[in-house]
Amino acid sequence: MAENILEVENLSVEFNGQKVLENINFSVGRGDVLAVIGPNGSGKSVLFRALLGLIPYSGRIDWQPRLKISYVPQKLAIDRGLPLTVKEFLGLKATSKEKILQALASVGIDIGPEHEHHLEHHILNRRMGLLSGGEFQRILVAWSLVDNPDVLLFDEPTTGIDIGGEETIYNLLHELQEKIKLTIVLISHDLNIVYKYAKTVICLNRQQVCFGEPHTVLNPEELSSLYGGEVKFYHHKH
Amino acid sequence: MDINYLQIISAIFIGLASGYLGSFMVLKRMALVGDALSHVALPGVALALLFNINPFVGAFATLFAGIIGIWLIEHKTELPTESVVGLFFTFSLAVGLLITPEEELLEALFGDISTISGIDALLAVMLSLAVIFIMRSISKGFILGTISKDLAKTSNIKIARDNFIFMILVALIVALGIKSVGTLLMGALVIIPAIASKNIASNMNGYARTSAVIGLASLVGGVLFAVRFGLPPGPIVVLASTIVFLITLAFRR
Repeated sequence: MAENILEVENLSVEFNGQKVLENINFSVGRGDVLAVIGPNGSGKSVLFRALLGLIPYSGRIDWQPRLKISYVPQKLAIDRGLPLTVKEFLGLKATSKEKILQALASVGIDIGPEHEHHLEHHILNRRMGLLSGGEFQRILVAWSLVDNPDVLLFDEPTTGIDIGGEETIYNLLHELQEKIKLTIVLISHDLNIVYKYAKTVICLNRQQVCFGEPHTVLNPEELSSLYGGEVKFYHHKH
Repeated sequence: MDINYLQIISAIFIGLASGYLGSFMVLKRMALVGDALSHVALPGVALALLFNINPFVGAFATLFAGIIGIWLIEHKTELPTESVVGLFFTFSLAVGLLITPEEELLEALFGDISTISGIDALLAVMLSLAVIFIMRSISKGFILGTISKDLAKTSNIKIARDNFIFMILVALIVALGIKSVGTLLMGALVIIPAIASKNIASNMNGYARTSAVIGLASLVGGVLFAVRFGLPPGPIVVLASTIVFLITLAFRR
């Protein structure tokens, strides 16, 4: 049994006297992938914000000490006119050009000398506001990897990324998880992704509906109770 | 009217610093906050004139009180900043108009760089340089904070502290610029160079630098032109930066 990098006990979050998360309990082992699923407004993003210490909560959130935690938000509203280039964006966190290139390489962007023209003109000096949804997401992941984090909190974008692009982001996260033992907590809207990549899954609907291995806990009854009978698909056993 | 070197030296440094700082104000979408804030200086200028102290000191004092008030209300209540700024700005303008001696009113409202003293010029140079260096040192966290507060916080950036420092810098620049363009037109000195630069900049570094250069060119050019033709400098400076803006519009990316 791997050591736990995060333990959450009896976590509750209240906004203006209204409970948006109640009595949440789970743990994440080092190098594991935990998927957070649930319908809209079920408190997935609230859970992230509590884990990141951005909002007040009651209960216990215990991260292992001295962890570097990175966060990829669902979306960033970057004004198209903002003159911030990819290089400058990564440079807000990276301390050197090598670090920037390393981060780009780890999200699958070619950085070899033969790709220099493409790298300079189409990536590094491109404005953030002009990137496509998929490219933007890739750069956000690169941003989150710049300072070699131990944990990545990944809030999956719901729209704006084509299927091909999304597929590669997950392959990439999976590779990173294998290669550098990155622990990943991800909010997912796609049950296929959950089955494919997550070791454990937590189902939220303001309260904790399930927690465990996807194949054990994600049965049709659980899913229909979670999503109110509106599940479009669930895992098909072939 | 003679052109004196003190005017030109002050104009160079104030122009650079207000253009540079203005580029960050525009990024943060607080261009109009800066404009409104400049009116908060009026009662300070009036009090300074009444008690015969340096108007810069009076202006900075009321601006400082104003930003503390705005900062507190923004961080301690749920009131939107723009309504708070709106209140401060109209209130101060009213008080300022009441207590400014009538013969000084025009200077307070529209500035008069021809009466600049050696001390004023020295102050302008030193404070402008300080504003540029301090802004540069907090710029990374500041830019990240304007993109996403969550990202900035999770990257251990002290947003509240940086915003406070930023507002102090804005107060300094506004207080310095009032001598050249007055309380009514100071907004133009921080807004127009930045939006002109935004039209043509291809990256953040270039954007801030170009904004500083446009600030310098408009202020120095405007003052020289105004002195040469015996016109009030404030409005001419604003016209000069507007012309630069229109030119950059043609080269918009």
